[in-house]
Amino acid sequence: MADVIGSALKRHEDIRLIRGKGQYTDDMKIPGMVYASMVRSPYAHARIVAVDTAEARRVPGVQAVFTGRDLKDEVGMVPTAWIPPDSDMKMTPHPALAYDFVRYAGDAVAVVIADTPYIAQDAADLVRVEYDAMPAVTNPRDAAKEGAPLVHEDIAGNVAFHWKAGVSVDEVFNKAEVVVRHEFRQQRLVPSAMEPRAAVAQWNAATDELTVWVTTQNPHIHRLLMSGMLGIPEHKLRVVAIDVGGAFGSKIACYPDEVVVSWAARKLNRPVKWTETRSENFTVTTHGRDHVEEVEVAGTKDGHIQAIRVKAYANLGAYLSTAAPGVPTILFGLIVNGAYAIPHASAEVFGMLTHTTPVDAYRGAGRPEATFLVERMVDLYSEAVGMDPLAVRKINLIPADAFPYTNPFTLQYDSGNYQGALAKALEMVDYQQFRKEQDNLRKQGKYVGIGFSTYVEMCGLGPSEVAGAVGFQGGLWESATVRVHPTGKVTVFTGASPHGQGEETTFAQIVAQELGLPPEDIEVVHGDTAKIAMGWGTYGSRTTVVGGAAIHMADQKVIEKARKIAAHKLEVGEDDVAFEQGLFSVKGLPARTVTFQEAALDAYLAWSLPKGMEPALEGTAFYNPENFTYPFGTHIAMVSVDPETGDIELMRYVAVDDVGIVINPMLVEGQIHGGLVQGIGQALYEGAEYDDQGQLLTGSFLDYAMPKARFFPKFETAHTVTPSPHNPLGVKGVGETGAIASTPAIVNAVMDALAPFGIHDLPMPLTPRKVWQAIAAKGGTH
Amino acid sequence: MYTAPFDYRRAHDTQEVVTWLQEDPDNTKIIAGGHSLLPLMKLRLASVARLVDISQVAELQGIREDMGGLRIGAFTRHAQLAKDPAVREAAPLLASAAAVIGDMQVRNRGTIGGSLCHADPAADLPAALLALNAELVIAGPGTERRESLDAFFLAPFITTLAADEVLTAIVVPRMVPGAKSTYLKRPHPASGYPVIGVAAWVSVSGGRVEDCRIALTGIGPVPFRAARSEQVLTGRAFSREAIAEAAREAAGSGTLEDDEDGYKSQLCQVYVSRALGDIAQGAG
Ligand SMILES: Cc1cc2nc3c(=O)[nH]c(=O)nc-3n(C[C@H](O)[C@H](O)[C@H](O)COP(=O)(O)OP(=O)(O)OC[C@H]3O[C@@H](n4cnc5c(N)ncnc54)[C@H](O)[C@@H]3O)c2cc1C
Repeated sequence: MADVIGSALKRHEDIRLIRGKGQYTDDMKIPGMVYASMVRSPYAHARIVAVDTAEARRVPGVQAVFTGRDLKDEVGMVPTAWIPPDSDMKMTPHPALAYDFVRYAGDAVAVVIADTPYIAQDAADLVRVEYDAMPAVTNPRDAAKEGAPLVHEDIAGNVAFHWKAGVSVDEVFNKAEVVVRHEFRQQRLVPSAMEPRAAVAQWNAATDELTVWVTTQNPHIHRLLMSGMLGIPEHKLRVVAIDVGGAFGSKIACYPDEVVVSWAARKLNRPVKWTETRSENFTVTTHGRDHVEEVEVAGTKDGHIQAIRVKAYANLGAYLSTAAPGVPTILFGLIVNGAYAIPHASAEVFGMLTHTTPVDAYRGAGRPEATFLVERMVDLYSEAVGMDPLAVRKINLIPADAFPYTNPFTLQYDSGNYQGALAKALEMVDYQQFRKEQDNLRKQGKYVGIGFSTYVEMCGLGPSEVAGAVGFQGGLWESATVRVHPTGKVTVFTGASPHGQGEETTFAQIVAQELGLPPEDIEVVHGDTAKIAMGWGTYGSRTTVVGGAAIHMADQKVIEKARKIAAHKLEVGEDDVAFEQGLFSVKGLPARTVTFQEAALDAYLAWSLPKGMEPALEGTAFYNPENFTYPFGTHIAMVSVDPETGDIELMRYVAVDDVGIVINPMLVEGQIHGGLVQGIGQALYEGAEYDDQGQLLTGSFLDYAMPKARFFPKFETAHTVTPSPHNPLGVKGVGETGAIASTPAIVNAVMDALAPFGIHDLPMPLTPRKVWQAIAAKGGTH
Repeated sequence: MYTAPFDYRRAHDTQEVVTWLQEDPDNTKIIAGGHSLLPLMKLRLASVARLVDISQVAELQGIREDMGGLRIGAFTRHAQLAKDPAVREAAPLLASAAAVIGDMQVRNRGTIGGSLCHADPAADLPAALLALNAELVIAGPGTERRESLDAFFLAPFITTLAADEVLTAIVVPRMVPGAKSTYLKRPHPASGYPVIGVAAWVSVSGGRVEDCRIALTGIGPVPFRAARSEQVLTGRAFSREAIAEAAREAAGSGTLEDDEDGYKSQLCQVYVSRALGDIAQGAG
């Protein structure tokens, strides 16, 4: 049998998904089910004067209308589950339904529950809410200003936390030959998963149990948090998320909506469904990014970067969402030196509250922001010292013999060969030739540019001890049970919660390889707290790294026990039994064998087991990683800019990623492509904007430019393979690399193209109009 | 989101449509492909008490020859326009504009009549139809009137159509034999609607531009003809210089929107120049 690990198996889950047989939350239909529609604030900031539900209640088919006051004493606040250490973080009380103030346009104030979703929405329009509108602030810098409207009355200056890392680098800067300063704006992004959020809750009055089907990336975290809010103990609360149609971080958070629906299901003793509309998805599902960053780099005249200093204002919206505080701190500030051996670094972050939709993780979560600023600064510094940005990268990249490498924030990069990935990318792109052509084209009035991103990121969140140390209110290990049935078929239970990535296939490949079984004999079960003991979910590229490793550990337990059974059957010592490709054999006597299936059957019949052995065959493991994993690589973008229109054409995109061992190359390719599209989307197309009153101006796909397939050339991808030394599978994680690496590669390329105009930076997204305006401001084409 | 409740009727002839519109003109709306109307109703920006479905009205369908031109039923879908042999032969400009509307699903639902009556300033077809000198056939209570498309659009989403009138057909004169045409569209990265769309045809005889028509959409409050550009070209050699000069006159031929920085004027110039350049190359 050929190796299953490393082969491009087609996705097992697609058989149901492409036939419309998926089991998404909104597919749930329960007899007697009623439907919820939320009444949301049109104001970004207002005092709720009165809520009149009388007219809505009178609509035939309306079962109930509840307001913030109805829930106030029965439902706890929506919690924040990440408290960065030493940051003096203030909690932002977030009622499931607002009853005193609304703090962003979309904040829910009431819920209507009716026999059909149509009646529910019609009646929701009839709930009369009297608001006393108040001034709003939407920009994180403005929010910090004296006299800015306060989002939460008792949080002074709208500063939810102030976090610092690293040691003072002032002295290095004072003595430096070259200092480059720049300010960047990471615009706000709307994650836009294909499936909007949804929740269905069912109360079982006989057992006092609540079941909630919900679009989540982490059902067990949802259970934990909702248990607290609803006062329903964990053993009486089941959270199910079988098929989830994408999330990109936006389904980590515990939202008011699912809590409201759960509470109402118990109150009414009827199943209640709520499905988000696309418009709601734009206004109430968490957004991503949104920083203002002041960055300084100190270095020598000959291209050695000595220090980086970062001060960021992170816009976190109106309430601190579940994981929000960790994103601009731990996942950002600790890795602002990127892939470079910059000896000195410090980071300081103000977590700012504004009257906008809460911001939480979005694909890459913190690491794209860090990568963007350091990759852009390398280019700006190169320009300042008059050197080629590629040469400066070569000087400063962490050398291959420096691993494990401890960065200035004491993160330990596990393994890497950054020069190797760069070299591979340069095999695919003839850099000198490009520079020659660029010169010639410029003479003809044509502007092309090349941009690099030699990135590293941290994945596989993470060791639980570190989770605790950095204030994450949970563990970050993962669970796996590999249950072998009497016939040798296998069910795998994982605490990770894939939602489109394809781990039903990847995980089956791991088990198939290790137990020597055909992949179709293996079923992977995830996303149900009643079936899976515990788990921490899918985010931070941790699923295969941590969840996959747990499966590997569980496999070892299964093999160990089956080997004992086989040895017993073969009447030899355990050490004399080899196991290969599903067959136990006596070492040196290859004819004497026991199949894995025979061992499984023996385990269950238990007619003749080794003395003292318990029957059955299954392995459960709880894998707590030793460290994060650090994927890396080199991305190169080549663009041409049309000075007449400002249009940017992406001519080529080369991505060399080192994600460690590749289990399924097709799935890895898919993850990279998706990430690239989102990262390039940020560079060129996407951007959420608010007006001064806090109204979202980009609230639909008419205005918010979600990138389309036709915007892109064929991506050229390749890999180097540097296994993670501490991960039993050698994997590093691939879910976010594309989104992390690509944004600065594109912006660097565009700025390279625009260099003859004296343009060094433009705010993202680099729309044609902005590019054209910048060229016009510099006197137009020449 | 869901629409508010509404009443639905399916009409079988034009008279029935007019009668139902007349009963309550302010709260009744024709539904054709529904691809502009339904989104408005779902966002609850349009409140409609009754929809009159015209998809089964035979008189509003079909494309036939009419006095040297084409008579296109108002309920003709974009996809039909794009592939219909008579349209491609007599008015290829219309077929090429229809072919780049939205995506395949949109083209399979949306209709020419719906697009014109909706009067979205960023719709594609108006540019092509203006350049083709199209005329509209409009039925009202007891009347039928004809109107040049030039006069039809008053403001964004507002036309001369009364609440109890139905657009029944669009009459498109056959293009001058030998004329070359193009529709050049710059799709908005989010909506796919044109940021600017330029429809143009040029007929060249003896090296000179005998006749031409250029119309722009997406760039102003209403689609407009680049009459000044047409004047520059007519009678001139179809040269690079003439094209450049014509392109410079495009923006001044109509009213632009959102042009404080001059970007929209720039797009007018660039797109008219490129459209004419494409034609010149095709005309070789
Ligand atoms: C995703 C999407 C993308 C799109 N992209 C584009 C694009 O790129 N370019 C573009 O031009 N358009 C685009 N459209 C719009 C599309 O072309 C619409 O179909 C068209 O504008 C309206 O046609 P309809 O038949 O759907 O009209 P409907 O939505 O049914 O009606 C529109 C309006 O016209 C009225 N009406 C319809 N027919 C008549 C009639 N015969 N007499 C009187 N009044 C009538 C209706 O009462 C209504 O007010 C897009 C639409 C969608 C949903």
